[in-house]
Amino acid sequence: MTALADHVFKALSDPTRRAIFEGLTRNGEQTVHALTRRAGISQPAVSKHLVVLKRARLVRHRHEGRETHYSAHPQALAPLFDWMAVYGAFWSDRFDRLEDVLKRMEP
Amino acid sequence: MTGSAPKNTVVIEREMAHAPEKIWRALTEASLMNQWLMSNDFEPVVGHKFSLRATPVPGWSGIIECEVLVVEPNARLSYSWGALGLRSVVTWTLTPTAGGTRVRMEHSGFPSEESASYKGAKYGWRKFIGNLEDLVGRMD
Repeated sequence: MTALADHVFKALSDPTRRAIFEGLTRNGEQTVHALTRRAGISQPAVSKHLVVLKRARLVRHRHEGRETHYSAHPQALAPLFDWMAVYGAFWSDRFDRLEDVLKRMEP
Repeated sequence: MTGSAPKNTVVIEREMAHAPEKIWRALTEASLMNQWLMSNDFEPVVGHKFSLRATPVPGWSGIIECEVLVVEPNARLSYSWGALGLRSVVTWTLTPTAGGTRVRMEHSGFPSEESASYKGAKYGWRKFIGNLEDLVGRMD
């Protein structure tokens, strides 16, 4: 479990990999060619990033003919995500702002 | 182990000196939501899909994909919240009080089928959490 968490953390510590991962969560399954076009880096570089994401189980792949199709598996994040740590301060701040808006509104 | 609230839920409850009707407007009118939450195309209609837009940062588009789940005027509002591929649910509950309204917001993480792996993970991912926290902290 610890090893997997390390892989997930390492995978997401890189902005290019975060962009690839998020692109897959938003746009669905894609081939390595499509990912390369979006990423603006070489195909071997994209493939290296995909290996790291696969090791963290953040992406899955399947072969179809000559193409490999990659899809996101964001559930890999779930066990590591502490909602209070991530969203506690955010919502507390938004409550303050909400009260400011209410003060400015007509009764 | 501590006896604290489930780690997959954030609950904030605050009493506000305003009527539920007024708070409801702030929670459901897009132009008002824009002032305290985020830029949005919200409509208080069950099934309506909308986006909340924060400032993009490298590796994150800043877009949160949402869908309206519950609309009970002046009482309860719920919408899904999808960011970085993870789906969660935000639920607002308004309860009238003598001095105004008790506002309760619950932001819940994962459905129960995930909880087995979730429990297995335990604690200690400080660094990782710090990263995500940092990401969310830039939502302004």
